[in-house]
Parts: sequence; C-alpha cells; structure tokens
Amino acid sequence: MADTGKVKEPGRRDFLYIATGAFGALGVGVGAWPLLDQMNPDASVKALASIEVDISTVGVGESLTVNWRGKPIFIRHRTAEEIKTSVNTPLSDLKDPEEDSARAEKPEWLIMVGVCTHLGCIPLGEAGKYNGWFCPCHNSVYDTAGRIRSGPAPKNLEIPEYSFISDTKIKIG
Amino acid sequence: MSGHSTYVPKSDAGKWLEKRLPIISLLHGAAVSMPNPRNLNYWWVFGGIALFMLIVQVVTGIVLAMHYTPHADMAFNSVEHIMRDVNWGWLLRYTHANGASMFFVAVYIHILRGMYYGSYKAPREVLWLLGMLIYLLMMATGFMGYVLPWGQMSFWGATVITNFFEVVPFIGDDIRILLWGGFAVDNPTLNRFFSLHYLLPFVILGVVILHIWALHVPGSNNPLGVEAKSKQDTLSFHPYFTMKDLYGIVLFAIILFYFVFFNPNFMGHPDNYIPANSLVTPAHIVPEWYYLPFYAILRAIPSKAGGVAGMFGSILILFVVPWLDTSKIRSANFRPAYRIFFWIFVANGLLLGYFGQVSTTDNFLGIAGVTNLVVSQMSTIYYFGFFVIILPVLGLIEKTKPLPNSISEAVLGAEGAAAEAAEQKA
Amino acid sequence: MNNLKQNITSIVQKTALALLIATSVTGAACAAGGAIKGAPEAKYVDWSWAGVFGTFDRAQLQRGYQVYKEVCASCHSMDLIKFRNLNEAGGPEFSEAQVKTLAAEYEIEGGPDAEGEMFTRPRLPKDPFPAPFANKNAAMASNGGAFPPDLSLIAKARGHYSFKDLFMGRDGLVGGPNYVYNLLTGYEDEVPQYILDHDKEVNAKALEAYNKALVEYNEAGDNSLRKPDAPTPHNFDLGESSFNNHFSGNKISMSQPLSEDSVEYTDGTKATLEQHAEDVSTFLIWAAEPKMEERKRIGIKILLYLIILAGLMYAVKRRIWENVRH
Repeated sequence: MADTGKVKEPGRRDFLYIATGAFGALGVGVGAWPLLDQMNPDASVKALASIEVDISTVGVGESLTVNWRGKPIFIRHRTAEEIKTSVNTPLSDLKDPEEDSARAEKPEWLIMVGVCTHLGCIPLGEAGKYNGWFCPCHNSVYDTAGRIRSGPAPKNLEIPEYSFISDTKIKIG
Repeated sequence: MSGHSTYVPKSDAGKWLEKRLPIISLLHGAAVSMPNPRNLNYWWVFGGIALFMLIVQVVTGIVLAMHYTPHADMAFNSVEHIMRDVNWGWLLRYTHANGASMFFVAVYIHILRGMYYGSYKAPREVLWLLGMLIYLLMMATGFMGYVLPWGQMSFWGATVITNFFEVVPFIGDDIRILLWGGFAVDNPTLNRFFSLHYLLPFVILGVVILHIWALHVPGSNNPLGVEAKSKQDTLSFHPYFTMKDLYGIVLFAIILFYFVFFNPNFMGHPDNYIPANSLVTPAHIVPEWYYLPFYAILRAIPSKAGGVAGMFGSILILFVVPWLDTSKIRSANFRPAYRIFFWIFVANGLLLGYFGQVSTTDNFLGIAGVTNLVVSQMSTIYYFGFFVIILPVLGLIEKTKPLPNSISEAVLGAEGAAAEAAEQKA
Repeated sequence: MNNLKQNITSIVQKTALALLIATSVTGAACAAGGAIKGAPEAKYVDWSWAGVFGTFDRAQLQRGYQVYKEVCASCHSMDLIKFRNLNEAGGPEFSEAQVKTLAAEYEIEGGPDAEGEMFTRPRLPKDPFPAPFANKNAAMASNGGAFPPDLSLIAKARGHYSFKDLFMGRDGLVGGPNYVYNLLTGYEDEVPQYILDHDKEVNAKALEAYNKALVEYNEAGDNSLRKPDAPTPHNFDLGESSFNNHFSGNKISMSQPLSEDSVEYTDGTKATLEQHAEDVSTFLIWAAEPKMEERKRIGIKILLYLIILAGLMYAVKRRIWENVRH
C-alpha cells in the first residue's frame, strides 16, 4: 500500500477529495431544504391569507372580532372621546411612541391584531386604566389606540395590513 | 462492535467522555477501524444501501406524518392535500412510496447475496436470523403503510391480508375482529395501522443495530467464503469500504430518483387513486410487487388454510436456512452444482412474482392446456424443494472445487501475500 | 482475481438473463390480452407533455377546462380542484383576475352570519369546483342508477403503467389520458360488425361443442354421461347503454358526451371530436398531477447532480483503492 501518488502530486489528490466532499455537502444541504420548507404554510393556508369583512353593522362604540390566519382581529369603531384622548396623549408618555394617525387609517376605525405583544394572550376590550385593552395574563395595559402604556408587553398591538374596499367593507391581509 | 477500535482520544474533552461513555470508540470500531475482507465485491454494498433506504424512509415518513390525517373520512384527501398543497409534498410522498420499493430491492439483493455466498453459515446464524427478523418487520411495515392512503387497493389489500388470520384454528375469527377493531376493515383499523406504521421502523432500526453488532463479532463473509485469518486478508472499513458503500449508495439513489421524478407511479397501482369503497372490490387485487412471490404461493395452493400456511411457511422457512444447508463450503463459487440450483431459485422467484399478478385460470404464456395455476404450483414446489431437499442433500453429495488457503493468497498470489506480510512486518 | 472477475461477469450475465426472461414473460402476457378479433385498436396518443422535458400547453389546458366546464361538469364533480389551482404555475395559468371571474360564476353556501343564518355568496379562488349533485344518491338518481365518478384523479386512476413507457423515457402517466381519449372517441351509433361476428363465432363454437357432447352421450347410451344442455345463443344486447369500443364490456351508461363543435373554442382552434378529447384528457391529467412540470424540472437537475457526484465518487474510490489489490 505504498502511497506513491501522494508524493508525486500532492495537490491534485487533495483537490479531488475536497471537491467531492463539498459537492456532496451541497447535495445534503439542498436535500434538507424540502424537509424543512414543508413545515411552512402550505398553498391552502396561503389561499386563506386575506379576508373581507363587512363593518356596516358595527356602531359607534362597538367592536367586532374576526378570525384572520387563526388570530383574532379587533375591529373597533371608536367614539370621538376615545379618538380625542388618544390624539392628545403626548408621545413622551408612551413606551413605544406612535402617533394616533399612524395607528388608524380612518380615525374612527381601529383595526388591530388582538394578540398581546408580551406572550400572545388575547387582551380584554374596554378595560384597564386607559379604557383601552387589558391583558389578564400579565397585566399589560393598552390605551384606546392599542398602544402599550404599562405592564411587561414591549410593543403596541400590531396593525395588520388592511385596506378599505368601500366605506363598509375592509380587506384584511 | 468495540473490539476492533484503535481509537485513542487526543483532546481532554475526548478523554473525559471516553472514560464515562466510550461511544466514540464504539462508533470508531464499527465504522472506521473494523477490518473487512479485502476481496468484497459490489454485491456487498447493498447492506449499506439498505441502511440508507431505511433512513430515507424514516425521515420522509416523519415529515409526511406532519400532514397526514389517519381517519377513514379524511385520509385519502389528506394524502391529496400533501400532493397538491404542502410545500414539496409531492416530492416527499413520491420518495416515500418509491423508497419503500427500492428498500425492498436493496434488501432482496442483500438476502440473495447472503444465500449465494453462504453468509448464513456458522458462525453467522444469528446475523442471518436478525436479518430475517428485519425483513419480516419490513413486510409488516410496508403492508400497513400501503393501507394509509385509503384508496381502493389500500382497503382491499387490508381486507385480504387480515382475512388470512381467519384460518387460525379456534380463535381465527377473534383475531380478525381484534385486528380490525370492528367487523370489517374500517376507521379503527386505519388508526392502529398508522400508529404501528410509525412505530415499527424504529423497531427495525433497533434490530438493525443488533444486526450490525452481530456482523462485527465474526466480521464480514466474503466472495471466497474463507475466513479472514491474517492482517493482510483485510482492509480497514474506512476509507476503503465507506467510500465504496457511499459510491454504491449514490448509484442506487440515481435509480430511486429516476422513479421519483420521472415515473413516480410506476410501482404503484392506478386503483389506489380511487377512494376506498367498502361496497366495490377492484377487478384485479394485486399486492405491492415485493409481496407477489408469496402471494403466488398463497394462490397456488387450492385451500384457504393451506394457502395461508404455505404463504407464511414460505417466509418462515427462511429463518431455518442455516440449519438446512449441510455444505461446509460457503461460497457458491466453489459449489458448481449449488450455483445452478441457486440461479434457478432466483429465476423461479421472479416467475412466482409474475404468477402473483396474473389470473390463475389463464393459460401460461398462451400455451393451450397449461394454466398459470399448474405452473405456479410447480414453482411453489421448487421454492420449498430448494430449501428442504436441495440444500440438505446437495451439501452431502456435491463435488466442490478446492478452496484457496487464504484471501490474500487468492487475491495477491502466494508470493504477493508473502511479500506483503514481510512489508507489513517491516 | 481472474476467477473472481469471471464470476462477477457470469453473475451479471445471469441476472440480466433472468430479468430479461421475467420482463419478456410479463410483456408477452400483457400483449396476449383478451381483445375481440376485429376490434379497433386503442390509439396511442403522442402527448406533447409526456417526455422527460415535456410541459403542458397552457392554451390546451384552458381549452380542456372549457370542455370540462361546458360538458363534463353537468354530471361529473372535481372535488379536489380549487379555482385557485387554475392560476397556479404549471397549470392552465389563467390570470388572477380571470380566476376570480371564473369562480364568481358559481355560488357556495357561506355563513353563518351574525344572525346565525346561512347565506349564498359567490365562490372565491380558494373554493373548490362546484359539484353537480348534492350527493352520490342524487347523482345516481339523475343518471339512471349509474354514478358519474369524480374526475379529480380519474386520469391517474385509469389505464396502466407499462414497461414500454418506462423504457421509452415517457411519463408513466400516459396510460390514463390514453384511456380517456379513446373512451371519448370510441363511441359507435350502432353495434359494429365485429361484435356481431364475435357473437356468431361464439355461438357456432358452443353449438359445435354441444353437438359433439350429444354424439358422445348418444353413443354411450347409458347414464354414465349427463345429457348436455342446449346452448343459449349469446347475442350482444346494448339495452339502454351506448356502445363504446374501448370501455370494458363495450356497454357504457354515459351517452356520447362530445362530438364536433360541442364547445366553441375562443382561441379559434377547430373543435373536432379528437381535439376535444385531447384537450380534456390533458386537462384531466394536469388536474390529477398538478406538479408534473415542477417534478420534471427539478428532477433533471437532481439527476444531473447525482450523476456528476457519482463520477466524482468513483474517482475518489479509485484513488483510494488504486494501490490495493482486491
């Protein structure tokens, strides 16, 4: 088993081994992708990714909760009072500063993902110190624009992608 | 497995672990320093290929189970959901379905190699028994997996196979009802089959570890059937046989993926794309191809109990092969007469596979007056005759060729072996 | 060494021989199928998508959908197909707007609304194709007791996979569309002559056998033989069914669904019967195997990769073994 090849051509042999190893590793990597990607949302889940909601029945001071991608969406028809307190809140009082206008496309309609940004519980509506939302799990308090005011949650309630198809119909997602 | 290890931990962490759990030296002994006969030919790569296929099946199976619904009302559609909506679902399912077939291909070649080269003879009987246990478990797993898509062939295959158990005296009917969880194949049956189909591969994996352990005690047999005696008879497993096995695996993967990508349904049956219907039986019930020889034996015997006994007997007889073969010579290369009977056995097996899927009442190859039934009965007789007559008798009477003194002498010639021995000493 | 090589060669030769015998046996058996003499042979359609590089013709799939929608859909459901599939890559690839319009042509029950009432709404791309009947019993009642099968997978559930296709590098799926094509083009207005001839032949044979048995019976003259029964003549009776050259037993409950100009194609394609059949068969194989294009496209890359890898591995293996005799 005298290893004469190595003495003659040190580079070529190593190159072959490295190239084969790398090429094989590439295959293993590519092969692992389908095994991982299969866990991502499938085509039937993605097809349900946008919903249309009729909001004509939601009166001032009323809320509607709809299911979108398995999560609750809070649709709040805000009162003038609620809008006013929210607009008048100085940004310096906020943990996650955001203007009221950045939270609602039309001020009277507040549309949010109803999931506490702390650990994913569903906050209760018209509750808490600011008469906004209150999360019973760990006492996070949100104001009438869904902005975090106190408690462990780090961020304001998330605003989903939505658009008004007409005055009474919105498309979420 | 550990006996051969030359592993000496270099790092402190390695030494620390070695003292507490010598797993690295165990693996090193099994897959790196294990001495293997230097003259193994390419028929020996099918063990590695079978292990590769087992891993492919387990991995794709776990992933498919994330999307499959084991309920009679939803199973069929959930499989179609995998095929249509799940990311890469078609690839995963086709790989799993064709992988099962290719797993059997590899295992059949592996078994036949063992039979040709007499690998089951002392001291490798336990190795053979464990292998047969793996094969039996594979058949059970494959059968239950085929039921899961809940198509027409799934349902009627399950019905036919579970009805085998009715022939058990006294308690046959109770066994059947126990297997079904009802009075026919239905949702409870599907549910338990799914559970067992998920469990058994891990049992197989366990037996595979025992199989490899049992291999490492006596070491591999080889094409000459002469035990490796000296150091120059062998080469270390790594890099010589790791590389050879990996090369074989890649070649095998080309065949597997040809089917997966270009003819994924070839080894399946069209009727399984029709949802299960307990009121209509398909015109031709055919098991998966890998059961066909045994199915042919079932049909060749014209009595229900006899057919079932013959079919199970044809599998169980494989377990006692080490004690049926009386020849002291392992390799068929030195047994000219056995070699002929062996190849007839292989051809006969293929013929039985053919009989497993044609009508028994049709004429054999269109020859008037000779039905498939008659010829398949002769095939069945040869199948059993090979084990109970040819193997015991031939070993006593056949004239064998002289064996070489050692592997290295056969491979290198007497001078070469001496030279290499001297070189190794120096 | 030489001995070994010879042995390996002989093993390879024998395995090849055994395989050859097995395949030729199977092939011969397939060829010797029980077709009636004089029956027209099923056409083997040269599908544009069948090869290793074959892709679907979008326009053909769109025409096929039109045939399904305007003709087949009045009796046959396609439960597994959703409107959104018509827009997906590798299919008919209607535009997103087109699919919305196509879906909205049908209604589906939605709800319950805030008052708990169910309501009907237009279908959306996520909804499945509408089924023509509420359930199997309704379907059978409307079709004289015959059940029009769901067509989602019909092109994979019919026809058989043949060795011929495997060796020709064709997709094994061609069997199903071939069957659908031949079925749709295989109708005859009257029972053809070859069936009548076949009946005649069968009856003559039965009579001959009867006469022979009768002579034997009379010659025996005792009770050792049973008196043979006179054969009942076998005559093909179509009854309420239609005649089809390629349907098993030749009697089919479905009356001829397609003929020239059954559908008015918008793309100017001449609407012959054969064109209809080809278009709808292609549509049905797409519906049964919507990922065919993706499968082949990726498959070519994977196989090329594996072949190159095998080449590299072979080189490495040879390097390792080059100075080792074995």
